[in-house]
Amino acid sequence: MIKIANAQLWVHDQDEALAFYTEKVGMEVRADVTLPEMDSFRWLTVGLPGQDDVSIVLMAIPGPPVMDAETREQVRNLMGKGFAGTIFLTTDDCHASYEELKGRGVDFVEEPEERPYGIDSSFRDPSGNHIRLTQVRELAAL
Amino acid sequence: MAFVPPARHLLRAKDVADGHYNEPLGVDDLAGAAGLSRAHFSREFRRAFGESPHAYLLTRRLERAAALLRSTDRTVADICFAVGLKSVGSFTTSFTRTYGRPPTAYRAEFPPASQHALIPACVLRAYGRPQHRTFREDSRLDPA
Repeated sequence: MIKIANAQLWVHDQDEALAFYTEKVGMEVRADVTLPEMDSFRWLTVGLPGQDDVSIVLMAIPGPPVMDAETREQVRNLMGKGFAGTIFLTTDDCHASYEELKGRGVDFVEEPEERPYGIDSSFRDPSGNHIRLTQVRELAAL
Repeated sequence: MAFVPPARHLLRAKDVADGHYNEPLGVDDLAGAAGLSRAHFSREFRRAFGESPHAYLLTRRLERAAALLRSTDRTVADICFAVGLKSVGSFTTSFTRTYGRPPTAYRAEFPPASQHALIPACVLRAYGRPQHRTFREDSRLDPA
């Protein structure tokens, strides 16, 4: 059986991303390991309490030799334009989750709105990654 | 201090268009969100995203209007105002130019919303947003 374990987002600053996802979104740290032998590479993952087997890797954009300077610049530009990554979160109560996250300082792009498939909202992380927060309507109710 | 790439302030303006298209919002407001003068903003926005902020905002509104035509029985005038446009006449003209038929004819071609699949809003918005079409207004309307 194959399962999803981690999905990766590029972030401009791992400390900033860590603070955002733990303090504002309510995630927990799953792994935070720095490897001195690998040029201080930092493996940093976060996830949601109650969903232990899926994590998000908050990955710093590497420089050479992993990524050449031009590619690094392209990735940064894509992130700046908002086209780098998206995470789709679900909630059982979009309005309540919206209020909770907003209360902790998350700046929403789209407030909760009714859609044919449920109630949907969105925000961005400090690196420009697009996060959706959706209360999916029960299929039976459609 | 975190690295901030040059396009991020433009993305902020694009997000304002996506989140507040239903309000009486214009290019000046988007320029304000990016912290730039209108002319400079229009030029920078076009360079980053390949179209003018005016065209982005209009097609964002037309995409939402098309969705409302497909999924609700609200009147054309009601939908025009609901997506932040002020003139039903201009709305009908822009819509017809973009979708190849007037709003009422467009609505008649599509089944009700309950038959739609569970596709996230951002995907529908991004992929459903029409290409901006003009006759010859481009050079006149978009100085940038």
